Amino acid sequence: MECKRKKEWPESNDSNRATTFPDEVLERVLSLLKSHKDRSSVSLVCKDWYNAERWSRSHVFIGNCYSVSPEILTRRFPNIRSVTLKGKPRFSDFNLVPPNWGADIHSWLMVFEKKYPLLQELRLKRMTVTDESLEFLSLSFPNFKALSLLSCDGFSTDGLAAIATNCKNLTELDIQENGIEDRSGNWLSCFPESFTSLEVLNFANLQSDVNFDALERLVSRCKSFKTLKVNKSITLEQLQRLLVHAPQLVELGTGTFSEELTAQQYSELETAFNNCKNIHTLSGLWEATAQFLPVLYPACTNLTFLNLSYSTLDGDDLAKLLVHCPNLRRLWVLDTVEDKGLEAVGSYCPLLEELRVFPADPFDEGIVHGVTEAGFIAVSSGCPRLHYVLYFCRQMTNAAVATVVQNCPDFTHFRLCIMNPHQPDYQTDEPMDEAFGAVVKTCTKLQRLAVSGLLTDLTFEYTGKYAKNLETLSVAFAGSSDWGMQCVLEGCPKLRKLEIRDSPFGNAALLSGLEKYESMRSLWMSDCNVTMNGARYLAKEMPRLNVEVIKEEGIDNSKADKVYVYRSVAGPRRDAPPFVLTL
Amino acid sequence: MQGDSSPRSMLTESKEDNLVLSSEDSSCPDESELELGLGLSLSHPRLKSQPPPTTQYARILTAMDFSSSASSSASSSSPNATAGTKRAADSLVASNGPSQVVGWPPLRAYRMNSFNNNHSKSPATEAKGNQTAARKATDNGSNKNNSIAKEEAHIRRSLFVKVNMDGTPIGRKVDLSAHGSYENLARALEDMFNEPATKGLNGEDRGIVVGAKKRHLNLLDESSNFVLTYEDKEGDWMLVGDVPWDMFLNSVRRLRIMRTSEANGLAPRLEEKKSRLRS
Repeated sequence: MECKRKKEWPESNDSNRATTFPDEVLERVLSLLKSHKDRSSVSLVCKDWYNAERWSRSHVFIGNCYSVSPEILTRRFPNIRSVTLKGKPRFSDFNLVPPNWGADIHSWLMVFEKKYPLLQELRLKRMTVTDESLEFLSLSFPNFKALSLLSCDGFSTDGLAAIATNCKNLTELDIQENGIEDRSGNWLSCFPESFTSLEVLNFANLQSDVNFDALERLVSRCKSFKTLKVNKSITLEQLQRLLVHAPQLVELGTGTFSEELTAQQYSELETAFNNCKNIHTLSGLWEATAQFLPVLYPACTNLTFLNLSYSTLDGDDLAKLLVHCPNLRRLWVLDTVEDKGLEAVGSYCPLLEELRVFPADPFDEGIVHGVTEAGFIAVSSGCPRLHYVLYFCRQMTNAAVATVVQNCPDFTHFRLCIMNPHQPDYQTDEPMDEAFGAVVKTCTKLQRLAVSGLLTDLTFEYTGKYAKNLETLSVAFAGSSDWGMQCVLEGCPKLRKLEIRDSPFGNAALLSGLEKYESMRSLWMSDCNVTMNGARYLAKEMPRLNVEVIKEEGIDNSKADKVYVYRSVAGPRRDAPPFVLTL
Repeated sequence: MQGDSSPRSMLTESKEDNLVLSSEDSSCPDESELELGLGLSLSHPRLKSQPPPTTQYARILTAMDFSSSASSSASSSSPNATAGTKRAADSLVASNGPSQVVGWPPLRAYRMNSFNNNHSKSPATEAKGNQTAARKATDNGSNKNNSIAKEEAHIRRSLFVKVNMDGTPIGRKVDLSAHGSYENLARALEDMFNEPATKGLNGEDRGIVVGAKKRHLNLLDESSNFVLTYEDKEGDWMLVGDVPWDMFLNSVRRLRIMRTSEANGLAPRLEEKKSRLRS
């Protein structure tokens, strides 16, 4: 182990009941601990253990980049090799946070360059990353191996080019769903010919064409490729050639999945998939049509995760495919499959644990059906192990949800989005309170809940009363009064993240959580009834919380439109833009 | 419990650090945290029409809802032409539909981008039902494109329909809202189906091609070998061009470029339908 601290071994006499391990032994033991929860517990035992834990920790996870500063981090943990950082509040994904809000990685990188020169991995979510930062990263850390950017913004493909050019030991480059400026696909050609270490490459959400020859050579010389997710520009014929070079792939994201092929090309594609015996994750599949899905069948036997959320398949096509996927654990689909498709899910995927149904037409521009409560029930009947659901629909009933959770009582993540705000149970015209009441009463392991539809305070009474393991709650257009939010704040002991928009909760609700917020990661309230005075009061009473208000111009100055509250040991932000008021 | 020092404050600063950095593993791998971007409308051709369940939702618009102008000026710069009239009807309804609220339904922008990349972006139109000030892309240039894309994500309207041509096995899709008129649409389709089959990266021709030579479709010309037809929301096949453009956009489900020889049966049906509507 590097950077050992020496400590004198105290005399062990008979009167000393407790034996003391030498630090090296303790650190060695603790280095086997991977879970952050366990490490946190360990560090609380005593000072010795705290110290041993901090020296032996190699990976750190920071759920809110403003909760701590890079200086504090590096002081406590000297030997970090891998950092995971999350930045902006989650509602920034839906344009509720103005651009230039912050969460810039650069100040972290400057400190890491000095304190963590051996840094290997950086995983960022909702951070701002510039091309300059990416270049700096690529040049400052010679051992750098893995870069993962999810829902970040501020960079272009030029930054990726710097990574490809300079990171000689790169094993992972995972670029997902970012606000990236896609200037060209040339970055992929920047991997040197001598470079052979890549194992994970995901550029599925980039648009530009890449040089296919460069990609093909890259895949063929990197013998340890496990994960390859290409973008739409890659054709079926090109995909076939890639698969021939990398039949050992474990995760595959295809390009566009329809093309005019000769019979021979079609058969070569089939063969290529047939030779991929290890695929357990499949995604991409843009424009997949019934004509081409059969080439996948031989590769589907071991499939555990199928992401069809870019394919406008109908129920029949889905059914034909799912027959070949008996081991599926996770499935993402578009609602073009409709209830019929979901019946097929219930029939053919008994091991299913996670289902996400996304809307193909969220703004109701065509004639849309999507999925209904019937499909939801059908899946729950056939898939008793279902514990994660994200379901976008246009109609739902209380009775259906009650049935679903009766069939599947082990939900840990229940995210239901009835797309029209304030929509009641369409059969009874009542609020959807009983639906979510059933969820929290039945699913005792529930960790994450997102509610929708017409909801009164009753939903939140139920939540506070029953959801004892709830950690994350997302609320939109719901509730009747402050009481609702109070119930949640007072009743959910494990609550960590609470995000609320467009709901009638005001200062009384906000302040009822005074004691609570320090045990939470963050609170977000936008377009509720909180005023500047309420927010200021909170800030005054709880100095260890950062209370920030995002002020849009030209709006009534006494209202606090967007309030973001989070605990921090780093004090107020020093990089806040003008529209973020720190109270 | 105001003013009580929380139990945590009794411990050292190290405990505070620990509190902040404490276990916050997401219980699912990062991939499972993914959510969607603001979605794009995909007109699904085989959907059957269905009346809305209650009056609370958008009702199906009739010809009465459209302005009398044939809106030949409706080009890609004003997708409101169709969407606007629909929104006008919606605004009569009490609650806001999903498309009038910022950031709702909660979908990420990247999903929209994945469908949009082949089409030029239409300029942002007025923000709909947006309580916050319109966000200009004033940040550093590198984010400009996507900020605009995100801005447009909840105001852009697209209307993709499938197009099949007799004799061509693979269908295509066309975004009707990107065309302002029948002439525009016809020209686009002629280009689309005149191309040789999928080109390889180096431009070489590949794959089976039904009819490698250019065909002059002249879809709106009665003397051509092909006619352009569409299936409307009642499941009837109609000749394209008979009704005002807006009305066409509202009722079209998919397109078919039909051989003239097969299309002969359409005309009487069209007349039949018209007389049905009149009575």
